[in-house]
Order: sequence, then C-alpha cells, then structure tokens
Amino acid sequence: MFETLSHLALQQYWWMIISFLGSTLVFLMFVQGGQTLIYTIGKTDMERTMIINTLGRKWEFTFTTLVTFGGAFFASFPLFYSTSFGGAYWVWMIILIAFVIQAIAYEYRSRPNNFLGARTYETFLFINGLIGTIFIGTAVATFFTGSPFSVNMMNQSQWETPWHGLELALNLHNLSLGLTVFFLARTLGLLYFMNSVNDEAIAQRSKKQLWFNAIPFVFFFLVFVIWLMLRDGFAVNPENGEVFMQPYKYFINFIEMPVVLVIFLAGVVLVLAGIIISIIKTTSNGIWMSGPGTVLTVFALFLIAGFNNTSFYPSTYGDLQSSLTIQNASSSHYTLTAMSYVSLLVPFVAAYIWYVWKAINNKKIDKDEMTSGDTHVY
Amino acid sequence: MLENIDFALVNWSRAQFALTAMFHWIFVPLTLGLGFMLAFMETIYYKTGDPEWKKLTKFWMKLFGINFAIGVATGIILEFEFGTNWSNYSWFVGDIFGAPLAIEGIMAFFLESTFIAVMFFGWDKVSKRFHLTATWLTAIGANLSALWILVANAWMQNPVGTTFNPDTARNEMTNFWEVLFSETAVNKFIHTTTSGFVLAAIFVLGISSWFLIKKRETLFAKRSIVIASIFGIISSIILIGTGDSSAKEIVKTQPMKFAAMEALYEGQENAGLVAFGILSGKENHKNLTADSKADFIFKIEIPSMLSILAHGDPNQFVAGIKDLIMGNEEQGIMSYREKIERGYHAQQTLIAYKEAQKSNPKGEEYLALRDKFADPVFMSEYFRYFGYGNYYDPDPEILQKNAFKMVPPISMTFYAFHIMVILGFYFLGLFALFLYLIMRNQLHDKKWLLWAAVWTIPLVYIASQAGWIVAEVGRQPWVIQDLMPTMKAVTQIDTTAVMITFWLFAVVFIGLFIAEIKIMTKQIKIGPNKGGTK
Ligand code: HDD
Ligand code: HEM
Ligand code: HEM
Repeated sequence: MFETLSHLALQQYWWMIISFLGSTLVFLMFVQGGQTLIYTIGKTDMERTMIINTLGRKWEFTFTTLVTFGGAFFASFPLFYSTSFGGAYWVWMIILIAFVIQAIAYEYRSRPNNFLGARTYETFLFINGLIGTIFIGTAVATFFTGSPFSVNMMNQSQWETPWHGLELALNLHNLSLGLTVFFLARTLGLLYFMNSVNDEAIAQRSKKQLWFNAIPFVFFFLVFVIWLMLRDGFAVNPENGEVFMQPYKYFINFIEMPVVLVIFLAGVVLVLAGIIISIIKTTSNGIWMSGPGTVLTVFALFLIAGFNNTSFYPSTYGDLQSSLTIQNASSSHYTLTAMSYVSLLVPFVAAYIWYVWKAINNKKIDKDEMTSGDTHVY
Repeated sequence: MLENIDFALVNWSRAQFALTAMFHWIFVPLTLGLGFMLAFMETIYYKTGDPEWKKLTKFWMKLFGINFAIGVATGIILEFEFGTNWSNYSWFVGDIFGAPLAIEGIMAFFLESTFIAVMFFGWDKVSKRFHLTATWLTAIGANLSALWILVANAWMQNPVGTTFNPDTARNEMTNFWEVLFSETAVNKFIHTTTSGFVLAAIFVLGISSWFLIKKRETLFAKRSIVIASIFGIISSIILIGTGDSSAKEIVKTQPMKFAAMEALYEGQENAGLVAFGILSGKENHKNLTADSKADFIFKIEIPSMLSILAHGDPNQFVAGIKDLIMGNEEQGIMSYREKIERGYHAQQTLIAYKEAQKSNPKGEEYLALRDKFADPVFMSEYFRYFGYGNYYDPDPEILQKNAFKMVPPISMTFYAFHIMVILGFYFLGLFALFLYLIMRNQLHDKKWLLWAAVWTIPLVYIASQAGWIVAEVGRQPWVIQDLMPTMKAVTQIDTTAVMITFWLFAVVFIGLFIAEIKIMTKQIKIGPNKGGTK
C-alpha cells in the first residue's frame, strides 16, 4: 500500500502526522496553562487539591505526546532533529529540564516525607507551565523566522552563534508566538477546570479569569498572524531545490492551498466560540470547542510552514541553501514506508485514549472524591 | 588526524550520557518487573475476590507509581540527548534509529500512560475486569517500550539490515525485519527484560523479608515472597540462558568486547574461563603495546571453559585483544592497521564522490564513484571498515599507535561482567532457597537469611547496572560498531555548555533521588494497612 507512494507523497504524509502531533500537543498544553493558575483559582487547600488532581489525570498525555512528537520528528526528518536539537542546545535543554521537574511533581507533591515540601513541587508545576509553553512556542516560530545554522556536504550541521538558541528568544516575532501559546494554554486550562471540576467557587473564578487570559491571547495571536502574513517567506524552487526569499510567502500559501485556509479559519472561529460561550453562558463545554479549534489552527500553521514548496526550517546564516525542507531533511523511502504502516495504529491509540478519558472523567471531580481515600490522590 | 578531535568535549558528552542513562536505568527495571507482578497479584484477587489480595496489589502499586514517575522524568532526557549531544550520530543513523523510537512512542508509551491512569484512578470507576485488563496492559506496554529502544541499541552493536547511501551520507534501512529480529536484538530484549523481572523479584523479596523481621503483616509478606520467588526462579533461568547466548553472539559480532570481558590478551585454543580474578591494574587499555600481558594477581580458572562458552567446543580458538589488533593470519584475523587503511580508503572515496557530485554531477568520474558504492566487493572489503578510517595517520608509526588505542577499558568491562554473572547465580540460589523454606513454613525464624534478602536489593541494582557497563563500555570506541566511533558522533558545541548541563543534571538527579528514597522508605514503613492510599 504505502510502498507505491512516491517519496514526496510519504514526506507529505509524515509532515501531516508531525503537524497533527504538534497541534494536539498545543491543545494538551491546557495542563501547562492550568499549572500556572493553581494559586489564582485555588484559594483553599481543598480547591488546590481538586485542581491538581484534575490536571494530574491528564499530564501524562501531554508528556507522552511531546515524547512522541520528538520521536516521530527524529524518525521522519532526522536532519531537523540533529540540526535543531544539537544547535539550539540551550532552548531544548531548558524545555527539557522544565519537563523533568513536572514528571515527578504530581506523584510526589502530597506524599509524606517528600523531602522538598509540597510548595516546591507546586513551584515545579508553575515553572513547567511557564517555560514549557513560552519556549515551545518560540521554538516553533523559528519555522517561519529561521535560525543561524549551516549544513555541510556530509549533512553535518553547525550552529553559527555562541548563544545556541538563546538568541532566538530575542526575536519579537518568535516571542509573540511564545506568548500566544502561553495565554492560549491558560485559557484552555480555565475551560478545562470549568469542564472537569464540580465546584461553584472554582467555576466562578475561572470564568472571571477567562477575560484576563483570552484578551492577551487574542492580541498576541493577531500580532503573530498579521506579521506572518506580511513577512517574506522561505520558498523553494521545485525544479532544483534552491531556496529563495519570497514576499508574502505564507499568505500566498494560504491562498494557494484554500483547504488549509478553511481549516485555519474554522479553527480560529471554534477557539473564539468556545471562549465566548463560556463567558456569556453557563456551560462547561467550552473546552470541546476551543480544544479542537486549537488543533485545527495549529495544524494549518504547520502545513503552511512545510507545504507548497516552503522551507520548514530555514537557515538565516548567510547560506540560504542550508535550509531544511521536507524533501532534503527526511528519512529514506523505505523507512517512511515502514513507519507509515505503524501510523495506521494511530486511530486505535486515539480510540482507546478517548474511551479511557471518558471512563475516568465521566464523573466530575468534587470534594467528596478527594476525601474518600480509596482512589489515588495527588 | 586524532589531534583534530576535542576529546574534552567527547568525554564530557559521554559522561553526561552515561549519567543520564544509568540514572534512567535505576528506575526502568523495577517498572518492567513490578508491572507483571502487580498483574499476577491482581489476577489472584480477581479470581478469589479475597480483599487481602487487593490490599497487597495496592501496596505494591503505590511503590510502582513512585518509581514510575521518575522513570518517565529521566527517559525524556535520553530521547532529547540524542539530538542535543549526539547530533552527527542522529543524522548518520536517524533513518534506522529514529524509527524504533517513534514506534515506541506511538505504540508503547501511550499504552502505558493511558492504562496506568485506569490502574491508579479507576478502582471504583471501571469494572473489576476492565481494571485487571488495564493492569496487564500497563505491564505489557512497559515491556513493549523496552523492546523498541533495545532494538535500536542492538542495531548499534550489530548494524544489520541497512545500506549506506552516499548521496545523503548516512545509513538507510533496507530490511526492517532484519533489524527487528537480529540475533543481537532478540538476545538483548529477552536478557534485559528478564533482568528487570529478577530485579523486581528481589525488590519484593527484600521488602517482604523486612516485614517478616519486624513481625508485621506476615500474611501479606509471605504471599509476596511466594510470588516473588516463583517469578524470580523462572526469570533467572531465562536470564542466565540469554546471557550465555548473548556472549556467544558477541564472539561473532564484537570479538574485542568479548576479549575485554575476559581480559584475554593472547588468543588460545582450550581457553580457560576466569571464574573469579583480580587484575593488578598496571596494564590497561591506555598503555597497551605488543608486549602487554594479562596481569592477574589472583584468579580461579575453569580449564577450556571459555572455548566451550564461546563456541561450544573446547578445541576452538578464542581471539585475544592482541590478536585482534595485530592480526593473526593463522586464524584469519585481519589486523586493525589493515582495517584502518581500508576504512580510510572508503572515507576518501566518499569525499571524492561528494566533490565530483558538486563540480560535475553528470561527469564520468562521478558515475564511476557512484558505482563503487553499489559494488558489493567495495562495500564488504572496504566500506565495512569505514569507521576505522578515523584512526588513520600518514605516519605508519602513529597509525600503529592509534590501532592500540581502539580498545575498550579492559578492567572495567572485565569486573562488570564477572560481578553480573556471579550475582546472577547467587540470585537464582536465593530464590530457590526462599521458595523451599516458605513452603515448609520455616522462613520466618531465619533472621540472618531475611536480612540477607534485604541486603540483596542493592546488589541486584549493581548487577543490572554492571550489565549495561559490559554492553556499552565494552563496545568502545564505537557508537556504531565498525562504522562510527564515539568521537565522531558528538555535537560540536562548547565543552563548557556540556559541563554546565552535566552538573545541572547531576544536581537535579541527586535531589530527585533523595526525594524518591525518602518517599519510598516512608511508604514501606507505613505498610499496606495504614494511611489509606496516600
Ligand atoms: C529496557 C528498557 C528501557 C531502556 C533500555 C530505556 N528505556 Fe526509557 N523507559 C522504559 C524502558 C527503557 C520504560 C520501562 O518503559 C519507562 C520507565 C518508566 C516509564 O514510565 O517507562 C521508560 C520511560 C521513558 C520515557 C518516558 C516515556 C513516557 O512518556 O512515559 C522516554 C522518553 C524514554 N524512556 C526514552 C528512552 C531512551 C531515549 C532510551 C535510550 C537511551 C531509553 N529510554 C532506555
Ligand atoms: C538504560 C540503559 C543504558 C545504560 C545504563 C547505558 C549505559 C551507558 C554508559 C555507561 C555509557 C558511557 C560509555 C562510555 O562512554 O564509556 C553509554 C553511552 C552511550 N549509550 Fe548507553 N546505556 C543504556 C542504554 C542505551 C541505549 C538503549 C542506547 C541506544 C539506544 C544507548 C546508546 C548510547 C550512546 C549513543 C552512548 C554515547 C556514546 C558512547 O559513549 O558510547 N545506550 N551508555
Ligand atoms: C548469570 C549469568 C549472566 C550472563 C552469562 C550474562 C551475560 C551478559 C552479556 C554477555 C551481556 C552483554 C550483552 C551485550 O553486550 O550486548 C549482558 C548484558 C546485560 N546484563 Fe547480563 N548476564 C547474566 C546475568 C545478569 C543479571 C543477574 C543481570 C541483572 C539483574 C543482568 C543484566 C544485564 C543487563 C541490563 C545487560 C545490558 C543489556 C544487554 O546488553 O543485553 N545480567 N549480560
């Protein structure tokens, strides 16, 4: 089945999978966003316990999606993996540490004799929420703004500044995406609290906080997108693979791929609709609009970064020709074929995750459950 | 040529990887083994409906959760580190290596993390049957994730199923099944997972013994001991069996590792197995020359046993370290010097190819060179030694010296191997003894024996780490056997950057480790009957 596809078709298929994982990851970052709101929303110990428990049942999905996103990127576009991870060393290391401290925080926070104290573990969660979102957003923005690296004829890469990625955070356009992701994650976190916790005070506070997070989110999002539409992009000449700068490249990509534009607009509408109904009505289902909306929007952004003869990881260090495209950075035809068979499992995986999510969340978290003592409590 | 390598960078990167991998490996084997033991216990609960078994399952599940969290935290570091610290490697092997990592994510990690949620939160939310299924799937998921990472590691030890593509300058997978079912991969998977089972069995045995010593929770402890010792005996037998077949296969694929495991300098027929020995340490891999000799202060040797172990025949020749470096015509062993020259030739051919491609991509020179990489003779006689070329030097004397540098740390490999094997037999004996005594109801008053079980817990961790030291230190100087030396795999960044991250990790790990030990011991002291589920 997959063997008969051309190499390019497989590369496109895998770019879509990467885009799907990336966009799901952004949605699932409601966990990170929620982690930065523990003290804003939870005013008593019991309220905080409920919040941490409702997030604690989901953090593994976000984490595992990040791990799989990394693994799938390694497998399908290894040149990106070696160039970006080895080059933007500090960015990735900081992201890494932020996730390491998250992974133990839930399990250890409320255990007796836990050495660092519950407050420290809550701080870990906060740091993870702050850095995880802003840095990943900033790193993804470099798909559009470029990074200073070169690749030699043996495909070995070299980062050309001594800052190893830290310089990327000084680019305002990158930062606008970082902040967009941060406020989006907090917005989604609030919608998730409203959906999964059965507590009047938490619902009220979440609703109020929505204003303070949705407005900055919309602001930074508009800054990022408008700037993106206006800037020159990294185009590839399909004849010879040469990379050149093209004005309004990403806007043109939307126009030339109208399906992607529709996905994008539908996503934006859903995100906003989820926020608005949660503010004006008493509903707890906002997350089920804003969440899928986030997936669609980010998915479309990934597609305009990689499709339609665009370089998804451009080099801005003198030599444009070092830039990575889905064609020159990918794995071989054989490997992509083998992995494509494995990708057929994704719907099954999604199905059992869905099933289990339902089984666990079918009853909202409340005070009684936290004190009953028979379930695992963080 | 070697003078162009920044060895400080290479060594710091190695130290960082060793630190993170070994730290990860403290937690992984317990996850692998305890997962199955939880499944056995819950199955008994499901069949009997006896609430004591539920309590027992829940107690061990709590310890599982504490251990699991930190396994997850450290695993992600390793994944990222391939890119951040071994970027040249990530490109050179990404076409093969990335695939198992991705499959692991898609198949195994999601399985594990989805069903672990049911295991912890689902007791009253899903049916008993579904809960039991979730516990089994968590255990299976953990072991499936072990499968894929071990396949990747096995491929590095024995790179099969791939072809070099000069256009992309990397190895590309050409046969997925060969990669998956290589003898190395099969041995490694079974040996490593069963080592996790043995470790978990000792863990349960030791902690239960402590309860018996304290005369607390005796029923609980005895039941746990029965499960642990049966599981331990079965796993130990498979462990020893696959350890033996691993060794046999290393003789073929990594003879230098095998020679180092036994500190065998001169090859022999009827070679004896050193069952136990102490090296003086004066001779080592750093000052190796043509005159070096093994320098045992003391050893117990089983005659001809090594030949039998390696080849199943006492009269067979087992190659020593010096045979491999200097060559041995009689036995048909090519010298390292020759391999270096051939590898160098292959590397020069690749560079010429790349240059021809740039200057005239349709020219005759280019086409001729391209044919070379499709020529089976060139590939099997020259390209095969590609990595050796990095040790080339135009000065023949330096070249010869470089050849003597291509040896793994001998005493470390030797000791690690012997510690693992001796402990392996000891564990089997201990399980058998415990099972015998518990069946005859004589265990609880043998205090010294119970204490021995408690103190075996650190030993099993040592054995398990020692195994990886044999496998990883023993394969030096290679990351990919014969194709890529460690020094070439590393990311070119400032050494100070790696030093900073090394210390950063070290501090984080120490903090996490203290927290984990404190929480774990506290939970054990609380025991299965008190404190609810917290
Ligand atoms: C033989 C088993 C084995 C070996 C050799 C390794 N791991 Fe591991 N790893 C596991 C067995 C395992 C596990 C048992 O499946 C863990 C431990 C605790 C857990 O949650 O899963 C795990 C967790 C784990 C995680 C977190 C997964 C999650 O989100 O749940 C990652 C990213 C890795 N590992 C990656 C690696 C890498 C890159 C390795 C190689 C250098 C590696 N592991 C060696
Ligand atoms: C979890 C178990 C593992 C342990 C305890 C372990 C141990 C080690 C140690 C001690 C080193 C340093 C060797 C030296 O520099 O002398 C090392 C290096 C390395 N290991 Fe492993 N290893 C493990 C698993 C793996 C796996 C599964 C892979 C590959 C999939 C792997 C790949 C590497 C690489 C790339 C290096 C760095 C290059 C080198 O120094 O050889 N390791 N490991
Ligand atoms: C008693 C007989 C044993 C024998 C003959 C044996 C043999 C071996 C050999 C030859 C290797 C190297 C494989 C390679 O380099 O690819 C190895 C690796 C290893 N051993 Fe053992 N071993 C034994 C017991 C144990 C025990 C008791 C443990 C731990 C509880 C253990 C854990 C490991 C681990 C984790 C590895 C690294 C993974 C691998 O390479 O397979 N082994 N063993």
